[in-house]
Amino acid sequence: MAERMTDGAMRWARVAGRGMIGLRLDLGDAALAGAVTEAAGVPIPAPRRIETAGERRLAWMSPDELLLFLPAAEVPAMLAALQAGFGDGFALAVDLSEARALFRLEGPGAREALAKAAPVDLHPDAFGPGDFRRTRLGQVAAAFAQVDAAPETFELVCFRSLAEHMSTWLDTAGAPGAFPGVFARA
Amino acid sequence: MARRLPDRGRLIDRARPAPFRWNGRALSGFEGDTLASALLANGEVLMGRSFKYHRPRGAVASGAEEPNALAAIGAGAGAVPNTRATTQPLRTGLEAASQNHWPSLEMDVGELNAFAAPLFPAGFYYKTFIHPRRAWKHLFEPVIRNAAGLGRAPDGPDPDRYEYFYATYDVLIAGGGTSGLAAALAAGASGARVLVVEQSGWWGGRAATDGVTVDGRPAADWVSDAVARLSDMANVTLRLNAQAAGVYDHGYALVAEQAPRPAGASGLRERLWRVRARRIVTATGAIERPLAFAGNDRPGVMLASAVRDYLDLWGVACGERTVLAANNDDGYRTALALKAAGLEVPAILDARDAPAGPLVDAARDAGILIRTGMGVMRALGRKQVSGVEIGRIDGSGRAEDRIDCDCVAMSGGWSPVVHLWSHCGGKLLWDDGQALFRPDPDRPPLSHDGAGFVIAAGTAAGRIQAPTAMADAHEAGLRAVEGLGEPASPAAIPVADAEAEGPLHPVWTSPAKMPPKLASKAFLDFQNDVKVADVQLAAREGYESVEHAKRYTTLGMATDQGKTSNIAGLAILAEARGAAIPEVGTTTFRPPYTPLTLGALAGEARGPLFKPVRKTPMDAWHDRHGAHWEPVADWRRPYAFLRDGERVQDAVTREIVTVRERVGMMDASTLGKLLVKGPDAGRFLDLLYTNMMSSLKPGKCRYGLMCTEQGFLFDDGVAARLSADAFLVHNTTGGADRVHAWMEEWLQTEWWDLKVHVANLTEQYAQIAVAGPKARAVLEKLGGMALDGQALPFLGWAEGELAGIPARVYRISFSGELSFELAVPAGRGQEMWDRLAEAGAEFGIAPYGTEAMHVLRAEKGFIMIGDETDGTVTPLDLGLGWAVSKKKTDFIGKRGMERSDLSRPDRLRLVGLETEDPSVVIPDGAHALEDLREDGRARTAGHVTSTYWSPTLGRSIAMALLERGPERLGEVVRMSNGAGAPIPAKIVSPVFFDPDGERQNG
Repeated sequence: MAERMTDGAMRWARVAGRGMIGLRLDLGDAALAGAVTEAAGVPIPAPRRIETAGERRLAWMSPDELLLFLPAAEVPAMLAALQAGFGDGFALAVDLSEARALFRLEGPGAREALAKAAPVDLHPDAFGPGDFRRTRLGQVAAAFAQVDAAPETFELVCFRSLAEHMSTWLDTAGAPGAFPGVFARA
Repeated sequence: MARRLPDRGRLIDRARPAPFRWNGRALSGFEGDTLASALLANGEVLMGRSFKYHRPRGAVASGAEEPNALAAIGAGAGAVPNTRATTQPLRTGLEAASQNHWPSLEMDVGELNAFAAPLFPAGFYYKTFIHPRRAWKHLFEPVIRNAAGLGRAPDGPDPDRYEYFYATYDVLIAGGGTSGLAAALAAGASGARVLVVEQSGWWGGRAATDGVTVDGRPAADWVSDAVARLSDMANVTLRLNAQAAGVYDHGYALVAEQAPRPAGASGLRERLWRVRARRIVTATGAIERPLAFAGNDRPGVMLASAVRDYLDLWGVACGERTVLAANNDDGYRTALALKAAGLEVPAILDARDAPAGPLVDAARDAGILIRTGMGVMRALGRKQVSGVEIGRIDGSGRAEDRIDCDCVAMSGGWSPVVHLWSHCGGKLLWDDGQALFRPDPDRPPLSHDGAGFVIAAGTAAGRIQAPTAMADAHEAGLRAVEGLGEPASPAAIPVADAEAEGPLHPVWTSPAKMPPKLASKAFLDFQNDVKVADVQLAAREGYESVEHAKRYTTLGMATDQGKTSNIAGLAILAEARGAAIPEVGTTTFRPPYTPLTLGALAGEARGPLFKPVRKTPMDAWHDRHGAHWEPVADWRRPYAFLRDGERVQDAVTREIVTVRERVGMMDASTLGKLLVKGPDAGRFLDLLYTNMMSSLKPGKCRYGLMCTEQGFLFDDGVAARLSADAFLVHNTTGGADRVHAWMEEWLQTEWWDLKVHVANLTEQYAQIAVAGPKARAVLEKLGGMALDGQALPFLGWAEGELAGIPARVYRISFSGELSFELAVPAGRGQEMWDRLAEAGAEFGIAPYGTEAMHVLRAEKGFIMIGDETDGTVTPLDLGLGWAVSKKKTDFIGKRGMERSDLSRPDRLRLVGLETEDPSVVIPDGAHALEDLREDGRARTAGHVTSTYWSPTLGRSIAMALLERGPERLGEVVRMSNGAGAPIPAKIVSPVFFDPDGERQNG
């Protein structure tokens, strides 16, 4: 894990070793959704939410799409288990571990750093632990979730090819002394 | 003269002097000063030169509406031009300079324009610089451009930082005067999320300066108490130095916040808030209107409210002897304040015949001479006003008397700041009693639900006098949360009190009927030098529409957008047309309220963040090995790999020869890779591709074309059948995202009955093309998979491990050579690349870039989307009819292609071109000229689409789209891009090399 200290208010790191499986299925289909829950051990998240169980997280991406985060080593077995669970059902499970870059942001400034580039209501009353948004950061497509409350911790994914751009952005947005100080007092 | 008084100045800290420089001279002010107040404190009344006539100008106002006092702040790359001195906070070491003069502020050659003013009427430029036509471009425009313009743009990169901040609130309150604070207290008590922004550096607005009391206490006390209470509310955010600059659809607003200067360690200068609010309360106050009289632009002629502000807020006297010219009671406050400060007020000139009321009485009691029915006929002096000639306001302009003075305070009444209300469609109504436009509460800007989302509050709503303003603002705060369904707990209604005021006399010029001689010296728009005479002339010349008159005269078109000139200009236009003011209407109010810097708009998107650049897993290796980059969609790809001292073209040639003679490797990771999976995947692809895909066997690949509904080719690539229900579809680098969206659109909107999922796997894999006669030998050396023609025939794919790395190997060729494409997990792409380089060393392997790829494919006559296609080209035009199914009942583009225009015989169709002189390469963009006429003009019969030097063939080659092209093989056409003599070229087959396709078999 490459870690860079940017400020007391926010530190960030690129997370390695985390696998991702893209899922497409009718979330209202009890059998298919049950197969996901059964294989992953994580409940199906509500819209714009992320569920966590141990080292696995399951994020709601769109009305028929989920993203499963899990230790990279578990991916092949998980794909097999999901496939077995789906049987002949109409569903897709595909390895996306290599296609995306994952970052972790931590500290009281993390929330405001995200609010510098994402058109999302990040007020603590509106966006808290377990909330997930598929949105953009500046000019880049991204998705992020709050995964811990103390210290405030967010996880962020973007396309792998933009990891360098995202790193530069995180250094810029997290530059010392450049936080608006709006959410901190709330 | 203007000077600092020993007392007063509620904003300055006299214990903290702030030395600064003005045009290079060392001056000193105090912390809390603005640049304008500090300059006045140093006796510097002259602050700039006007735009057109270069007339000497001083500050007219004390806030954001200032038209004259524009300065360049800072030096070098960090300089900011056109900054209003009235809003620029003073700080120690500030460097400021005046603008628009040469050689100096005091002595300006451009002022000669002023003597020629009669030659520069409204519309002067339109009327004068028409003939001769050529002169505009070569003579008039360069000279005018050189003379015009205000500040100078800095020439280095801005050293400071800018950023955005997205924030969502229930209520945004624009303005932190007493109205804004009262609205915030009312709204905040409900628990709703409230953002209050104030453009200046202090709370409370004008109330303290105007002597208002709230709840029986001085306004300043109430303000500090209100701010303290709001600060205690966790749901309320207060921001100073933050201007609500624009209001847009659905409660979207821009707020420009200035970071403290000098910028801290972060280097942050401005933060642009992008606010989404359910309700926006505009508590933006009002702007005092100047009066138009001859010489009213002389430095020292100022708004009465500004004179009062400088006195009260910054302890600055704008002059020793101030004449007040007013058409209302409020201006009297200035005379009283000056008198109380021990300054002379030789007279109040009141346009009204019989003013009455407590303020008038107070002035009389203070011993100030009030001359009723009178006004300034002419201000005297040059670089500063030295006196006024006065006369009857209803007279002919004849001077009856003269008063010496060094300051004139003018008050034409107040106009509510309706800009934010109007930005998104809020309508105004004319309030005849107060002679002002104010927001029409029945016609607010509407949100998505049809409800008004902007609420004007207090003075900005047209409640010009403090007691009614305060009550209105409180009510506005309640309404802002009431609409949200939040339970508003009752907050106490603040009660404001101030001296009652009588009606104003709506007179805008002095005298009311202005003779031409005076009208040509009476300024309306100070910054753009528009005079009363100009507007009258525009009306006479038929510019009846206010929008036309504005553009013809440039009234209200400067950086201040006519904040001070609006009403007087309208009134004069109305009078000249014989119409009422509301009939004339206003010009359109557009955001931003005051100019935003380009830095604020750009935000973080500069330098390395200006544009995201997508990078492949092998990008860093390429960069270390001489990559000459080119942008392809959002990616950067190596155009060629330059060796020491090598020129780009030489590198391209070397790479082509390497592939044809030995073996090359190319990073093809950017190619789109879409997984199409589901029981209906084959059916779906049959509908998308022009050719048949459902018949493809697992383990095999097929080249395919995709068309738009109109039948035009838009993407191509190789599809591999992974299994009975899954295909991996390759797209062009630039087309990957578009094709993905295209597939989703058809699946979601038209063919939702098809059971197909699409996943974008473009970045899951690193892809490497290995091409050349030695390609198989290199891969076999890596070991792990059988890759002979038996095990992996042309257009087959196989999965296994190469050099211990899991890989899918496609036997496909875009070069015509024996060629394999390796897809490996992206995280292992570099490793595979390194293994290939090692294993290939003995065979002379070298990386090749996109240009070599382009030439290699052109030698083979393979088309390139974007070169041979341009959105008007069908597969048949390109000779790709073999890839358009005649069996399928339907596919996207089938019906389009059946239209007569797409099958007419004289369409442009693909051919090859060989120049008669093989060393000559046809330039890009060349057209085939035919039917040359005597006058030298010709028609075009087509154009070049790809043109290269082919090292393989030792000659130039080109592909072209020509009318009836394939029917004209052997004919010679003349190709020209307009420069030089046309190049004769023979029409040939587009397949220049290895027409039988032997080489791809190795």
